[in-house]
Amino acid sequence: MKAHTLSILVENKAGVLSRVTGLFSRRGFNIESLAVGPCEEQDMSRITIVVIGDDAQVEQVMKQLNKLIDVIKVSDLTDNERVERELVMFKVTADQGTIRAEIMQIATIFRAQIVDVGAKSVILQVVGDTDKINAMEKLLRQFGIKELIRTGRIGILRGTKTVTSSK
Amino acid sequence: MKTGAKILIESLQREGVDTIFGYPGGSVLPIYDELYDSPLRHILVRHEQAAAHAADGYARASGRVGVCLATSGPGACNLVTGIATAYMDSVPVVAITGQVPTTMLGNDAFQESDIQGITMPITKHNYLVKDTAEIPRVVQEAFYIAGTGRQGPVLIDLPKDVNTRSIKDPVVPEKVVLRGYNPTYKGNKRQIDRAIELIKEAERPLIYAGGGIISSNASPELVEFATKIGIPITTTLMGIGCIPCDHPLNLGMLGMHGTEYANFAVTECDLLIAIGARFDDRVTGKIDTFAPRAKVIHIDIDPAEIGKNKRVDVPIVGDVKSVLADMIAGLKKTGACDAWDKKILHWKQHHPLRYGKDDGCLYPQFIIQQMNELLKGDAVIVSEVGQNQMWTAQYFCFRQPRTWITSGGLGTMGYGFPAAIGAHFARPDVPVFDVAGDGSIQMNIQEMGTVAQYKIPVKIAILNNMYLGMVRQWQELFYDRRYSFTELPPVEFVKIAQAYGIDGIKVESSDDVMTALKAAVDCDGPFLLDFRIEREENVFPMVPAGAAINEMIGGHPRS
Repeated sequence: MKAHTLSILVENKAGVLSRVTGLFSRRGFNIESLAVGPCEEQDMSRITIVVIGDDAQVEQVMKQLNKLIDVIKVSDLTDNERVERELVMFKVTADQGTIRAEIMQIATIFRAQIVDVGAKSVILQVVGDTDKINAMEKLLRQFGIKELIRTGRIGILRGTKTVTSSK
Repeated sequence: MKTGAKILIESLQREGVDTIFGYPGGSVLPIYDELYDSPLRHILVRHEQAAAHAADGYARASGRVGVCLATSGPGACNLVTGIATAYMDSVPVVAITGQVPTTMLGNDAFQESDIQGITMPITKHNYLVKDTAEIPRVVQEAFYIAGTGRQGPVLIDLPKDVNTRSIKDPVVPEKVVLRGYNPTYKGNKRQIDRAIELIKEAERPLIYAGGGIISSNASPELVEFATKIGIPITTTLMGIGCIPCDHPLNLGMLGMHGTEYANFAVTECDLLIAIGARFDDRVTGKIDTFAPRAKVIHIDIDPAEIGKNKRVDVPIVGDVKSVLADMIAGLKKTGACDAWDKKILHWKQHHPLRYGKDDGCLYPQFIIQQMNELLKGDAVIVSEVGQNQMWTAQYFCFRQPRTWITSGGLGTMGYGFPAAIGAHFARPDVPVFDVAGDGSIQMNIQEMGTVAQYKIPVKIAILNNMYLGMVRQWQELFYDRRYSFTELPPVEFVKIAQAYGIDGIKVESSDDVMTALKAAVDCDGPFLLDFRIEREENVFPMVPAGAAINEMIGGHPRS
């Protein structure tokens, strides 16, 4: 069992996300993370799904995904050279000057940005892979994380290889 | 200018549709108004579930796409069991539903249900059409998707205003373009060569043939392939008819109620060639002990079926008709596997299907044999689900594909009668029988209204044991004979038939079976036979759920 990052190219049509996610729940898969957005081709979208399972299970889910008419291409990025990123925002309690300074120090180390400062809290934004984000979360927890939001992982293959409609 | 409803009817005609099974209602009024003077034949069923099953039966008997039509909300929801039945057995059906106007979608309007959402897991694809101009393209795509690749049902949901709006002649696409849908038809040459090598090396080969042979009209290729190299064939419930039952290479059905010799052959074969079959649990029993000594070649059009339940040595994705043709071309006639043939012959001789014949009781198996005797395979036999289905599968001698129609995957009680109605419109030239139980016939008994109205000559043969027989059998064998809610009070089915204007006979003795069957066949219209059978007769042999398939109850002692 390991995390697999699937990149799915789909027709940008109503209901397509529900077809894809419905298939996961129906076949007993838990989605770890999900990110969707338009892509380089106007009438298509790209979905990145992280799912945990053994290789045979993931292969089965990919085959089932391929059967959906609106799914154009499915790739498992996991065993390929790739770049994976996630964007996270933390709203952290910061009502004292000293704490605020400490938080800002952590932000610098992690190359996070402070995108909002209030009287009692700050919002940090950070982009990175899962390890980096988890490490930062651990450090910030001591100050009190009021709210945390993550976009879900997105991934792209290194080099000239692509997950596109042309085969 | 044309209305959406008119465009829909024209689109259906372009697809060659001749018959629609349906039921009107508020949101499909515009479509029904068009049907009023359309050349399309519309059969009014008595419940939408029957419309879906009839379209399915039509499709299975003809090999063409079946069409059903229902209104929004309850009408659409009533189609669901029928659509799921077609989905599980890969049957090409296009279901058309009315929907509330686009302006009211999502508003909990009167008779609104999200049928696109509801049917997502049970359709190959579905559409909610929001623009009248899309109708020709959507209908074209729906028929293409339903009828190609691994076939299956497609639903088109049409809001009322989409049907009433008039537009200038809409564009009809020249061909279907679907970027995400490209079924593989031709088998990979290298894999086919590998398969041929395995076949050459095999000493105990066996073909396990499923419904995919029927769907792809590959029976001639299958029989040629098997006879060229002398490989015995066992068929699944869905594959029955792909090779004549009395063909020397045919071992009959395998699995839970398969023949002993088919299950023995699976257990002992050293090469299993699965063709258009999907290693269903009712076939394999305990999967780890299914074909434990065999290398496996799996030919299927659906890549997702390969390796799903059973590890495969040679996967071949493609249309089984095309793959078999390639394999026939690549195979040289080889010497027969004498020892294996002898072993199988021995099993066939010492482990035949059997039942308690000569004690004067009315046995369901005897009725099926008599039916076979009378019809000589020249008929379409549809079944309900349960004991009636298994007895028919075991004892009727099917000789042609598409003459055996049954709900295999979903196991839908109430399927048979409406499916038989559909089958009649596909095959008006032969008698159509629905072999039913007293439980399942009551699930869609209202269709007597349909067959009476149109004088559809479907013959209903009820194997009446006043039980939900298959469930009772399990209770007898595995639940200490605690018959919890499986006994049904007697029903005078002949009187019900008469109330609809249908003739029928109650049969209580084995001496009267043939006369009654002849009366049914000789009658021009529908006919009902109420056979009062031995009440606690079981379907044997039987593999208990989760057991290995060579561990059967009710078999002969192993010699």
